[in-house]
Amino acid sequence: MSRKPKQKKVLSIEQQVRRRTLRAFVIFFALLGAGWVLFMRLYHEQREDGVQATLRKGLRLNERLFSSTFSTRRIAKKYAVSEAAPRVRVNGDLGTAKPVDTVNWRMKVVRMPGDTLQLTLDDIKRLPRTDVVFDFKCIEGWDQVTHWGGVRFSDFIKAYHLDAEMLKQYAGLQTPDKQYYVGIDMASMLQPQTILCYEVNGRPLPLEQGYPLRLIIPVKYGIKHLKRIGTLYFSNTRPPDYWAERGYDYYAGL
Amino acid sequence: MKRIVKKHRLATRWFHWVNFPVLAIMIWSGLLIYWANGVYRLGWGDTTILKFFPRSFYDALYIPHHLAEGMAFHFFFMWFFFLNGILYVLYTLFSGEWRELLPNRHSFKEAWQVLLHDLHLRKALPPQGKYNAAQRVAYTGIIIMGFGSIITGLSIYKPVQFNWLCALCGGYAAARIEHFILTIGYVLFFLIHIVQVILAGWANFRGMVTGFDVEEEAIKAVEEEQLNEAP
Repeated sequence: MSRKPKQKKVLSIEQQVRRRTLRAFVIFFALLGAGWVLFMRLYHEQREDGVQATLRKGLRLNERLFSSTFSTRRIAKKYAVSEAAPRVRVNGDLGTAKPVDTVNWRMKVVRMPGDTLQLTLDDIKRLPRTDVVFDFKCIEGWDQVTHWGGVRFSDFIKAYHLDAEMLKQYAGLQTPDKQYYVGIDMASMLQPQTILCYEVNGRPLPLEQGYPLRLIIPVKYGIKHLKRIGTLYFSNTRPPDYWAERGYDYYAGL
Repeated sequence: MKRIVKKHRLATRWFHWVNFPVLAIMIWSGLLIYWANGVYRLGWGDTTILKFFPRSFYDALYIPHHLAEGMAFHFFFMWFFFLNGILYVLYTLFSGEWRELLPNRHSFKEAWQVLLHDLHLRKALPPQGKYNAAQRVAYTGIIIMGFGSIITGLSIYKPVQFNWLCALCGGYAAARIEHFILTIGYVLFFLIHIVQVILAGWANFRGMVTGFDVEEEAIKAVEEEQLNEAP
């Protein structure tokens, strides 16, 4: 800012102060106004899958950044079985509201169009068993240490020789009634704590927890832990995802 | 004789005024997220003094049922909050302005005296530079709180990826509480800040927008200038 040369000009100090104050405040309010206009434009922007398109882009950028740092070696904190909650919280019944045909239930594993494995619960239980005790995190903000038993997804892939499928970028899961569905990146599916789960606290899953078989995937929010698996399939494009269509982050990784 | 003197540099004003709306958006979107599991309260046993938050508060601000939107905004504007904060800290470090802002060994005692003075319990103010001792403590504290928000925020956002950070915060649930308390801290800071700005008067506020101040005495102004010129 100028001092010496302009001091001698005709403008008095008061005039200078007034002039500079006015100028600064005009710029100040212009910038504030511009910020407000930008924000309102963002707020009322066209939505893409339930959320403003720019914010959707932001979610995808965050996903790119954080999934590139994702390591399958990074493990969700393990807990002792004794630390697990005896009463496991139930949050929502999308896809599990109607009764399930427990006799005829099969997990359909779509390898190729027209080539579908139909697996019974016993087929799954025959595979090596894994226990996972971790802090389950709901996207709503609550968490609970819970104890689950089942088959490691990576063990399942090996046992059924799904090597070609494993190379796809995403796995998709649906409930038998197709009311609930999720898509998950393969790196997260192959993380060693991801299990096809048939037990909670050492007992078979109750219906509201997804009997006969559900997904437990500790590197994701609860919205991805689909209950009552009907169909499992693989894809290089993003499988549809119930909550991602309703404004939530597709990745939902922790 | 009056004289125009430099008070706040453009960078300082820029970081301050960018932070204001960005932090407001972070707090608002944070509320949208918090509502989905709004369990915190002030109290003991069955006694609740203050519930975070009463229904009327949520309704007045259109908070309920916007979790997805809250997360989308929060995880978008977090970058602006983070970058603006980091750049500000780097700026104060490299410009040397940290010398005016960091509390020294007298600051905590003097901050108490400033507080007593502001509450009209004490006449004299301790000698000060550009900022008084209470300001030094507050303006450095708020930066530490900002770091706290980043650390606790990352711990909630990616608790598996940053499991060491999450452990440092005392776990996931603890990190969420700390993140919340820090936010309450910003709001309290803001309220006190507003009161102080009003009490300090127009010239002080004008300084934060225009960057200059008007000194009454010529001699003092010259001293001020030299002070400001000092590297």
